[in-house]
Amino acid sequence: MTLKLGVPSKGRLMEQTFEWFADHGLTLSRTGSDREYAGAIAGIDGMELVLLSAGEIPRELAAGRIDLGVTGTDLVQEKLPSWRRSVEPLTEMCFGHADLIIAVPSAWVDVDTLDDLDAAAAAFRLTHGFRLRIATKYHRLVRDFLREHGVADYQLVDSQGATEGTVKNETAEAIADITSTGDTLRANHLKVLSDGLILQSQATLFLSNVSQLSAQDRHTLELLRGLINKT
Amino acid sequence: MDRAIKARAEALKAHFEAAGAVAVETPILQPAEVLLDLYGEDIRARAYVTQDPLRGEQMLRPDFTVPVVQMHMAFGAEPARYTYAGEVFRRQEADTGRPSEYMQVGYEVFDRADPAQSDAEVFALVSAPLSHLALQAKIGDIGLLIAAVNGLKTTEARKAALRRHIWRPKRFRALLDRYAGQTPVPVARIKLLAAADPFAESPTEVGLRGRGEVENRIAALRADAAAPPLEGEAVANIYQLLAVKGSLPAALVELAELARKMPEIVSAVRRIEARSAALKARCIDLSRIVFDAAYGRSSMEYYDGFVFGLYFDGASDSPAVASGGRYDALTLVLGQGAEIPAVGGVIRPEMVLSLEAHA
Repeated sequence: MTLKLGVPSKGRLMEQTFEWFADHGLTLSRTGSDREYAGAIAGIDGMELVLLSAGEIPRELAAGRIDLGVTGTDLVQEKLPSWRRSVEPLTEMCFGHADLIIAVPSAWVDVDTLDDLDAAAAAFRLTHGFRLRIATKYHRLVRDFLREHGVADYQLVDSQGATEGTVKNETAEAIADITSTGDTLRANHLKVLSDGLILQSQATLFLSNVSQLSAQDRHTLELLRGLINKT
Repeated sequence: MDRAIKARAEALKAHFEAAGAVAVETPILQPAEVLLDLYGEDIRARAYVTQDPLRGEQMLRPDFTVPVVQMHMAFGAEPARYTYAGEVFRRQEADTGRPSEYMQVGYEVFDRADPAQSDAEVFALVSAPLSHLALQAKIGDIGLLIAAVNGLKTTEARKAALRRHIWRPKRFRALLDRYAGQTPVPVARIKLLAAADPFAESPTEVGLRGRGEVENRIAALRADAAAPPLEGEAVANIYQLLAVKGSLPAALVELAELARKMPEIVSAVRRIEARSAALKARCIDLSRIVFDAAYGRSSMEYYDGFVFGLYFDGASDSPAVASGGRYDALTLVLGQGAEIPAVGGVIRPEMVLSLEAHA
């Protein structure tokens, strides 16, 4: 048995993950051709690298098909019901910072808080005959947040990408999305609600609570914990 | 589905039929749009939504009330009594161990003649087959709070906002405290209302909600800022009303006291008294019923009068073995202009059997 570590398979997130492990004494690398999702780990015995889409890592952890995984807190909390039961965060990795926020058009000078959004939604429904649309891919997190804060008369519409553009295209009136700098929001004439921060996310190393570990795997995990906690 | 549960469901349905109800069935697949418009987005977290290429979004029925009301409003003659037995489907987002598919047996009354009698009839008929389980009955009346809000000496806009959030206790409280001037006005709002030209920065307009709607809202905010705060006593009265909780006879005394300083709730209190008399006439021991003025506010949004639930051991975190209430306004929403006073209740046979097994 080997301890399977799932990491994002491409882009900046993969590079930063590799750098983070390098700082902790482990060398992660992709093997084979550039298009082949195979990897290797040097610096520790008994571990195997699995390259996956970041969005699939929560599900694989919850199913126990990987033992460890690097992904964002946002994805874990969105995709896993009762996420604390299926995974345990081992350490935050201090990159991949992103805030999940609610944003509305900057031209809505009357809307600054969730309270305003709720009032605007009530009036919008009366005027237009349908519920104010909020575009997002984080359905669970956004719905829970809005319920907790008592916002009504809205509907979530699914947007898997270019979410900031949905308002201009008039397929949504507001959005809930992750943002790291806010530049894209400003470029699309949107502003964040002052109390519209749903979640602060960053890349995190998670341990599956579901996967079956052999005695040898447990030993490897202890070695890994030692490496992680050293710096 | 367990055969014993099905058999019990049929027996309970027969009990309602013997009381004069017509047995009806409704489709399991319901158009999602109707339910989403009624309950809002929250229902998605509690119901199974599926996509049909021809019929659009469909929902596995989360309860029978809406389809039974629709059926009655379309075809029913008055007065009418219906019963049904079948599965309902509730998605469980958190792992609570609650079933996501279970049976409900229900009884619904559409009758204009005497609402107090209809309320008592439903409560008595639903309680009778469960009497051996020694359940704790809890009742309330959403009409009390609606009457108290309607009676506030304030703008119609504020009353409408409060009524809209009757079923969201936290938001309701926040609004009430703000209208009473007990919470500070957000800084951004003060700035907005003080600005000579709120659009001075001329931000680029995007989206469907246009300048006119923003201007209307600013006008509404200005009107609200100009309105005097709610009187402290009126707000205190509402909190006192919401805190009324105890055995029904004691609660009736408390409500009658309150009604002396809150004339707006007098008729709502009279309705509760008439209902209590009707319950007593059916030999129901009022002293064993708990009245809770806040009960039913965080459940399904359509109950707007009498609400009740029967619980095992008073355990509030376990679901009710039986529950129901009055939903006059729902018939108005679904009736396309028509309306009729309506009250109903459901029993969960699988819970009845499991309690009997553990007795």
